[in-house]
Amino acid sequence: MKYLRNIGRYFLMLGFVFRRPKKFRLFYRQFIREFDEVGINSIPLVALMSTFIGAVIALQTASNIDNPLLPSYTVGYITQSSIILEFSPTIMCLILAGKIGSNISSEIGTMRITEQIDAMEVMGVNSLNYLILPKVAAAFIYFPILVIFSMFLGLSGGFLAVVISGLLSPQNFVLGLRSWFDTYNIVYALTKTVAFGFFIVSISSFYGYYVKGGALEVGKSSTRAVVVSSVVILIFNFIITKLMLLK
Amino acid sequence: MIEAKGINKSFGNQQVLFDVSAQFHPGKVNLIIGQSGQGKTVLAKCMVGLHHPEKGEILFNGKDFLSMDKSSQSNLRSEIGMLFQGSALFDSMTVEENIKFPLSMFTKMSKKEMQHRVDFCLERVNLSGKNALYPSECSGGMQKRVGIARAISLNPKYLFCDEPNSGLDPKTAIVIDNLIRDITYEYHITTLVITHDMNSVMEIGDNILFIHQGKKWWEGDRKSILTSDNPEINAFVFASEFMKEIRSTLKGQKR
Repeated sequence: MKYLRNIGRYFLMLGFVFRRPKKFRLFYRQFIREFDEVGINSIPLVALMSTFIGAVIALQTASNIDNPLLPSYTVGYITQSSIILEFSPTIMCLILAGKIGSNISSEIGTMRITEQIDAMEVMGVNSLNYLILPKVAAAFIYFPILVIFSMFLGLSGGFLAVVISGLLSPQNFVLGLRSWFDTYNIVYALTKTVAFGFFIVSISSFYGYYVKGGALEVGKSSTRAVVVSSVVILIFNFIITKLMLLK
Repeated sequence: MIEAKGINKSFGNQQVLFDVSAQFHPGKVNLIIGQSGQGKTVLAKCMVGLHHPEKGEILFNGKDFLSMDKSSQSNLRSEIGMLFQGSALFDSMTVEENIKFPLSMFTKMSKKEMQHRVDFCLERVNLSGKNALYPSECSGGMQKRVGIARAISLNPKYLFCDEPNSGLDPKTAIVIDNLIRDITYEYHITTLVITHDMNSVMEIGDNILFIHQGKKWWEGDRKSILTSDNPEINAFVFASEFMKEIRSTLKGQKR
């Protein structure tokens, strides 16, 4: 019953979020702040994770392929598929759900318990629209950028790992990367990314906005936001894959 | 004038306010006093629309706030300033940005006009030149004063202050009290202060409403509160042994 009520409240919240901002100048200022503080600040984490995971995927694939019938460039192909189809759009978003989701939830939750949101409401400001819409709008932009960046660095990490360790020639790895490459996979990956970005930001905002109590509850709501966002990402990963890849 | 008529408010099965009615007059500092957990803040939050009472009317100059449509409520809210217990300053913004926030949200002022207004409000609360500080860099008293500056930035007709002295030393508390009183008289605002600080009651209380067990228990001014025969009011006002001694002295003088 509580879950159903939360789902209802979540959709009601979205109704207030997606309204025309009262002042576009303020919306734009918040949008830039979110883009910078959340999006740009996530670049080091994305870079580090993507490079090393890309390298490990390539090395593991190379070490597991011992069938002489499989061409060596298969390593490049599998690395490309793993990174573009699953690692960058899904696993990276799960990692970002932890970083960005807890950040958003605790920021809004703290504003709630310190009555900053009440102060906005008393002034007559639509606090949901003012606080959450710029976060959602910024997420629509920075999530795809981060994921494209992650794809590039993941593939670069794989390339460097196999070439430096001498498991494969650069030409063979690149041949693998280009084999059976389908641009539709990029469309599929970015579609997932936009959806996941939206879920991370909106669900985390929801748990922060409706927190009650003190600092302890803010911490709990951050954890809940990350867990729920992750579960929703996993469910929608399955649904979107079924809809887009298995037509 | 603000008028509350028959306000009832419950949280789940627990009723907090029972048929509370009161009038709060312009140009006066109206105090709501009472022990903790008696419903003072709930009553004030019902009046500014943060809580929705099950029954009753909240009239701002005769217009019922609760039955207004959203846009009228929003317009009315821009005439309300509120100082919260913890100041509720936006911690990602500087002092100046905090005061500018309602101006940029609700007015069409130019940057220059806005700057003038911010400087004027800061000067009014004796914080000139503190524009660039963040709330975390301000003391408790400064935060309250910035809260007042933000609350008066839109020239409100109504000012609500929720325990403006909580967490402040007696001297700073009097500074805040005097500031609230001066602003009220100067701009003829209807001011409503929630407090359980007896110093504030004696310093600024023009009209005092005592809330007990969620009901309006007593109403009067700061002189009559000392001579009241109401046992609950006496238990609240003369809670300490020292205050009881003062009361005995007062009674002795009366005889």
